[in-house]
Amino acid sequence: MELIFEKSVNDRRGFRYPVSDVALKGSIPAKYARQEDAPLPEVSELDVVRHYTHLSQKNFSIDTHFYPLGSCTMKYNPKFTEALARLAGFTDLHPLLPQLAGGEHLTQGALEVLFELEQWMCELTGFTNFTLQPLAGAHGELTGIMLMAAYHKAKGNAHKKYVIIPDSAHGTNPASAAIAGYETIAIPSNKDGGMDLEALKKAITPEVAGLMMTVPSTYGVFEPNISEISKLVHSVDGIMYYDGANLNAVLGKCRPGDVGFDVMHINTHKTFTTPHGGGGPGAGPVGVNEKLAKFLPVSRVIKRNDGTFALSYDYPDSIGYIASFYGNFAILLRANAYLLMLGKQGLIGTTDHAVLNANYIMASLKDTYKVCFDRVCMHESVFSAANQAARGVHAIDIAKFLIDQQIHPPTVYFPISVPEAIMIEPTETESKQTMDDFIAKMIQADVLSKSNPEAFKDFPKTMPISRPDETKAARDVRTSFFLPADAA
Amino acid sequence: MNPYIINTSEDVAQMLKTIGVNSIDELFWDIKSEHRPKSFDLPAGLSEYEVMRKVTALSLKNNVALVPFLGGGYYDHYIPTAVSAITSRGEFYTAYTPYQPECAQGTLQALFEYQSSMCALTGMEVSNASLYDGGTALYEAMMMAMRITGREKIVMDGGVSPIYRKILKTYTHHLHYEFVETPVVHGQSSRDEIFKRLDSGVAAVILQNPNFFGAIDDFTDIIEKAHAVGALAIVSVYPVSLGLLKTPGSMGADIVVGEGQSLGLPLNFGGPYLGFMTARKKYVRKMPGRLVGETVDKEGRRCFVNTLQAREQHIRREKATSNICTNVSLCALQAAVFMAMLGKGGFKELAQLNLDKAEYAKHVLGRIKGVEVKRTAPTFNEFTVHLPLDASQVAGAMIKKGFAAGFPLGRYYPGMERYMLIAVTEKRTREEIDRYADALYEVVK
Repeated sequence: MELIFEKSVNDRRGFRYPVSDVALKGSIPAKYARQEDAPLPEVSELDVVRHYTHLSQKNFSIDTHFYPLGSCTMKYNPKFTEALARLAGFTDLHPLLPQLAGGEHLTQGALEVLFELEQWMCELTGFTNFTLQPLAGAHGELTGIMLMAAYHKAKGNAHKKYVIIPDSAHGTNPASAAIAGYETIAIPSNKDGGMDLEALKKAITPEVAGLMMTVPSTYGVFEPNISEISKLVHSVDGIMYYDGANLNAVLGKCRPGDVGFDVMHINTHKTFTTPHGGGGPGAGPVGVNEKLAKFLPVSRVIKRNDGTFALSYDYPDSIGYIASFYGNFAILLRANAYLLMLGKQGLIGTTDHAVLNANYIMASLKDTYKVCFDRVCMHESVFSAANQAARGVHAIDIAKFLIDQQIHPPTVYFPISVPEAIMIEPTETESKQTMDDFIAKMIQADVLSKSNPEAFKDFPKTMPISRPDETKAARDVRTSFFLPADAA
Repeated sequence: MNPYIINTSEDVAQMLKTIGVNSIDELFWDIKSEHRPKSFDLPAGLSEYEVMRKVTALSLKNNVALVPFLGGGYYDHYIPTAVSAITSRGEFYTAYTPYQPECAQGTLQALFEYQSSMCALTGMEVSNASLYDGGTALYEAMMMAMRITGREKIVMDGGVSPIYRKILKTYTHHLHYEFVETPVVHGQSSRDEIFKRLDSGVAAVILQNPNFFGAIDDFTDIIEKAHAVGALAIVSVYPVSLGLLKTPGSMGADIVVGEGQSLGLPLNFGGPYLGFMTARKKYVRKMPGRLVGETVDKEGRRCFVNTLQAREQHIRREKATSNICTNVSLCALQAAVFMAMLGKGGFKELAQLNLDKAEYAKHVLGRIKGVEVKRTAPTFNEFTVHLPLDASQVAGAMIKKGFAAGFPLGRYYPGMERYMLIAVTEKRTREEIDRYADALYEVVK
């Protein structure tokens, strides 16, 4: 399909501004002025609408396709939260307004949304305070690790230099720890998918600043030894970090704050179904217990005795500003509305059915695909396509087969410790019928891997494009219409 | 209440049978009683209608009726209706990161077009597919400059947003980086102060155009001097101004970042926004965040993929160029559609209207006794005035008269308690500006 730039026609316009109602015509001194107009596309409104509508039709999305992308919690995104996020009382609100003298009174509704959401999150997770500022999950991780660093600095723990991370963790964990200035130690998993306790004991030294853990793990396994792990880490004054990526599996079943964790982040675009947006925007609120609360970023939303809400910056031990304002407000607003609708029982039901659905898929496929851990799983299950790979059909080939079957593929090749990994997370919002269709197609892929493995090399065949040449993309880097392709 | 759970009791029974357990509870056997919640005291659920009513009522407790002259890096621009019509399409907003390019060409091509438009606007060669917001984008640019140069000292101009400077300090205060801040003199970057501090230990000079006080500048001379000591130049820029202002690319900048909110995103009480980053092509492999690149499929047809992923955390883990995973794709799409709607001519017209209205406002406000419009440097759509009273007091009085009058600078600049930053966008009418001047006259007289 043509690029919007290739549809450009000289002097065509998509949008017209009114004629200026002021007589003055400003001019920029030549020294400071742009020499040539920015070569943006010149197209009509209809060109724009048709172009992007056509592009949208080249996407798979939750609204159009089953999307069992493991570890991403691609549940249905309710429409009413979108409508709420578009109310002018929220969209037109300037973030500096509450920073004017008396300006807090102009933003009471927005501050109440933030305050209420913090209360919900505290009770959900067992923590005492949350900051809603982190703009994504990974941003929350970085914030959490900075809180860890602030804690150690305040206690004079200058010798702390390592953060322990299991090998099944998301790549953001070691990246976040490294950016915050720590070295990482990877701990292998045991045969049940839990953490190898012996390896952990060896790694625990006074130089350990903390441990980051995803519960349930990316293997879809609940860590049975949490209490012991937490004791070990706390014995050297380490901080226990809970990666909330898989929180959808434990709502009402386990609260990180109750089982030894000191800090966590939540991915609102997973558990609280704020839309993924093709890769963001998300939000990554961070919760802490009393140990870390005083270090939280400013500003914080407080409720005064008279029932009004305010921003407070009066926290001398705070790590400071981690974002420009109060978080991705329009995203947090959606999360809040979703929580209000679900309530206590709805949240428990979410986890019940997310786990039920995941186990149903696992039970239905375990005779066809090798399961990593032959036991009940949580919200997702991890298979290996090792048997199919032996026939020349790899996880990626099965993924491409599924695309032709109008199903978004599961996560493949993650966790990285599992060869030919296929990670399936159906979520609670999918029906048995949808899952049955998926299961049938997964079995069909296995049958085809026996009868005609060569066929897979051509999949997908029904999409706007076939498999792209990724090597060429990385070698002849062309990331802009205006840039000629050549080796970078 | 959870209307999104759709398994019937018959479905549940069949599924449990397939799994080989008697109840859903059995699936949670390995969460021991000691690990169960000590409390889970949450309210009961509400119907959609009840939530709509409750949250709509909250929206009405916010005052969005004030006529805004408040900017500070975040502006009240008009957003053509077609922009949200596109971004409201479920095919875009309910998709995820394009891990499978064959069924994500929509998102991928749109991001490629976004990257192209950002390059066009900033005069740079490469753009990433977005970062969180302007402040965190500046932090990423600083880290990128340190990676490229292997140096750990930053010279930062005092005209850079104080909010951004606070963010940078938070991220680095526990690390061993050295920050040198140079003061703003007569509204613009002080060459003398910056040149004094440039040496072979400097990773980057960070500049902003227009600066926080609204002054515009041409940084070519500063950038040349920075390059002479092997330092990079990072320029943070307000994208709408680039309809008229010299591009950072033509000034010689190495990395350009900024807040893309003004490219078709609502103010939204602070987010989600759009951090953008463009750079010289030679630095593309050192960039953080996702990059969409062009390639061909097996049939030789042009297509788009996430490229140079070996920089990223999901491959490189602790050695990645950044920990960023999710960016703000939907906001980048929004900006791409906004820029396409305006196009080459419309974008320039938008910038001109902003300039005209701001110049008109300077003209009428300058006639008020006791109000001094600072004219030491040319400005774009935002400017600083000196008031005869405390600016935050003036802002408070102006709220009562129906105006968000501007941003009192004393909040971030001690000693500037009588200065106010005033923004005037294309949406302000002559009548609103005149009324604003009348109200200000009343307040300061």
